[in-house]
Amino acid sequence: MATKASRTAARAMVSPAVILLLGWMIVPLAMTLYFSFLRYNLLNPTQGGFAGFDNYYYFLTNPAFFQALTNTLTLVLGVLVITVFGGIGLALLLDQPIWGQGVVRVLVIAPFFVMPTVSALVWKNMFMNPVNGMFAHMAKAMGLQPYDFLAHAPLASIIVIVAWQWLPFSTLILLTALQSLDREQQEAAEMDGASVFNRFVYLTVPHLTRAVTVVILIQTIFLLSVFAEILVTTNGGPGTASTNISYLVYAQSLLNYDVGGGSAGGIIAVILANIVAFFVMRMIGKNLDA
Amino acid sequence: MGKITLRNVVKRFGDAEVIPPLDLDIENGEFVVFVGPSGCGKSTLLRLIAGLEDTSDGVISIDGLDATDTPPAKRGLAMVFQSYALYPHMTVRKNIAFPLKMAGLSPEAAAKKVEAAAKVLNLTAYLDRKPGQLSGGQRQRVAIGRAIVREPKAFLFDEPLSNLDAALRVNMRLEISELHQTLKTTMVYVTHDQVEAMTMADKIVVLNAGRIEQVGSPLTLYNRPANLFVAGFIGSPKMNFVTGAEAEAHGAPTIGIRPEHIDLSAQNGDWQGKVGVSEHLGSDTFLHVHVPEVGVVTVRAGGEVAARHGDTVWLTLQADRIHRFGPDGKAL
Repeated sequence: MATKASRTAARAMVSPAVILLLGWMIVPLAMTLYFSFLRYNLLNPTQGGFAGFDNYYYFLTNPAFFQALTNTLTLVLGVLVITVFGGIGLALLLDQPIWGQGVVRVLVIAPFFVMPTVSALVWKNMFMNPVNGMFAHMAKAMGLQPYDFLAHAPLASIIVIVAWQWLPFSTLILLTALQSLDREQQEAAEMDGASVFNRFVYLTVPHLTRAVTVVILIQTIFLLSVFAEILVTTNGGPGTASTNISYLVYAQSLLNYDVGGGSAGGIIAVILANIVAFFVMRMIGKNLDA
Repeated sequence: MGKITLRNVVKRFGDAEVIPPLDLDIENGEFVVFVGPSGCGKSTLLRLIAGLEDTSDGVISIDGLDATDTPPAKRGLAMVFQSYALYPHMTVRKNIAFPLKMAGLSPEAAAKKVEAAAKVLNLTAYLDRKPGQLSGGQRQRVAIGRAIVREPKAFLFDEPLSNLDAALRVNMRLEISELHQTLKTTMVYVTHDQVEAMTMADKIVVLNAGRIEQVGSPLTLYNRPANLFVAGFIGSPKMNFVTGAEAEAHGAPTIGIRPEHIDLSAQNGDWQGKVGVSEHLGSDTFLHVHVPEVGVVTVRAGGEVAARHGDTVWLTLQADRIHRFGPDGKAL
């Protein structure tokens, strides 16, 4: 990539891909933005025309909106806490020399390969079902009243399901980070009189900050848009107890057939994601600098 | 105090015995260098003393107390690692203070010791930098500083200079020797470089395949090597070995003669040969002379020698400098 000619050629070669990707992103975004300013309800096809900011106004003043917002943030935060701490714990365990290490590692990674809908259904029907679920059986075996997780603690249950899916991801990233920890540093600390706990606090934790940052950033992106798990388990309910922003957008546009309102919700979700991204980068982005 | 004694120390990795039963005494205040080719077990031996490896058998005692099963931190030894092993996210100040903090020293007392150590090592200007912003030599000094502040019974160095360039290595060699003169603490130093061993040591331990070949002062090893291995390992360029009829003429199956103990002449001498490659170092010239019946003989001559490739020269061995070795490789 040294000469002027090769730079021009490189630009020409790359441009089709860039233009395609840009179009792929810009066209839906522009259409969503366009729809969000229209009166566009599938139940009411005769009513049309420009709506101004009405769609945004109704979406933001919808009583479900504030709950969906807090649910979204609770879901992201809850799953992050579980996966980061659980991931560090699991990575520390998997880093130990144990018999059957390879098999154990594959088992730990397995949940990540299960589709979200499938794993949520398995949790719903095999574990959390108050009649046939494993947890109900365990409770009955101990003489306790079975607990209907999805009815009484819907958001917490979804957090558990989603955390179970994402735990392998954080474990994997943190495990590789742990394995790159310098052995001589550990030995030097050992000679310096640092106990196992102190070595963890002063060497391992600082070493893991960058990996934890990567885990938080990537997971935040995906967790803001959790949808399948909610759809197949609680349908956002009871009421709106487990509705997050992306589920609310779905409910608005496909259950209420309000395309305009749904589009406005979509744009709000985009803005919201950018606000979250801004704060996350402010808080932990400096860890990524070398 | 820092007297380290090893008695019948054995190290096995699985079935492989890397260090057969070994005895060694390191006296208080001595600068001891373990030297040997790579894979000879010198680093393992150091790690056994440090406590980073378990001894399979035998007793290691420090100052007369059995320390075989004492954890590394409790042995009162400080180690400088080959990779320096500095903590990358801590400043130089925190790196040096780390062992003090772990020992539960108050921050004020620790700060005082760090300042003192930094002064000795010329690190005062860099105390607030991180290891990543330092040069190799400075990192090395930080690693030494971290060892000094603990006021250990003995320092252990694991090939500390092998990551430095040649000029810096000579400097650091001097600095470590200086440091030993000032602190008068026992130092155990591992290297594969016989020049480092010769220049720094009070006592050299030559190791080969886990066995101690010879222990002695640098000049003892140079003047009276116990066997062929030590004779060949100590000294640069390597000692010339001659076998066969020429050796029998001097009364041994193998004789050795150092390049600096051969006189060169253009007219007459014991052996006649043709000059092969000659290496001009300025102060010296190393000539590789092809002698029929003997082989290639390295000769150290003055810097002004004008011998060229293909010239015929005569070599004379200095009779009192000839080393004689028996059929088992041991010196006679």
